[in-house]
Amino acid sequence: MSDTQNLFAKLDSDARKNGYFLNPDSAFTMELVEGLLANEKRFGHQACPCRLADGNRQEDLDIICPCDYRDADLDDFGACYCALYVSKDIAEGKAKAEPLPDRRPMKRDERQQFREKKAGTGASGLSHPVWRCRVCGYLAARDEPPGVCPICKATKDRFDRFM
Amino acid sequence: MKFEKVEGVDKGKIVLYALSTCVWCKRTKQFLSNLGVKFEYIFVDLLQGTERDSIMKDVEKWNPRCSFPTMVIGDSKCIVGFKEDEIREALK
Ligand code: SF4
Repeated sequence: MSDTQNLFAKLDSDARKNGYFLNPDSAFTMELVEGLLANEKRFGHQACPCRLADGNRQEDLDIICPCDYRDADLDDFGACYCALYVSKDIAEGKAKAEPLPDRRPMKRDERQQFREKKAGTGASGLSHPVWRCRVCGYLAARDEPPGVCPICKATKDRFDRFM
Repeated sequence: MKFEKVEGVDKGKIVLYALSTCVWCKRTKQFLSNLGVKFEYIFVDLLQGTERDSIMKDVEKWNPRCSFPTMVIGDSKCIVGFKEDEIREALK
């Protein structure tokens, strides 16, 4: 198998295991996988193919694929910015992936703020709800529960708000 | 600056700022080729240093978000993203 096919197979199997879906348009997806490999080759890390990477890992941390913005874009638009990851509806051909606006903050300090919010720092309490899988107890601090529990594969509707 | 030129019907100046790894950019470039219009494009990720900075200043003027693809038509209209309908309309 070529490097592209290998990486595709790995991403596809990871996605399935964790309740994510790759874009079913295989030509489109393969080109994105090639982009990830091209970035790995020139930068040493798999920076997002559809964003202008700096090349320095520290500068690019938030856009190393899967980027910090994927889940929010999947929740709001049914696809990540590049449309490598898509919703179940799009994966099943019931909807089409459309281009979406980039939510990555333009400036470095805004990115830092986004990260701190995501990490839930600050005295004011939690920045995100915490969801608990009723089946295995897995906890996830994010805006929405995951599509399936990455540990026991229970579906999203089996999560309760925990905190 | 090394813009690549694609020959076609002259609809005024069309400049496409793109990334070499971005699939939406590739689709936009393909779409313009299929429309058969004359345009020029540049892969900003392949530029370094001051060359990149100076092109990014141009991109920012049109698209403050600096996302790709950014397309500028006739030095007056900017289309951000692979928006087939908008592009077709603008190039009628
Ligand atoms: S937008 Fe999609 S392809 Fe790009 S880094 Fe994020 S998850 Fe990966």
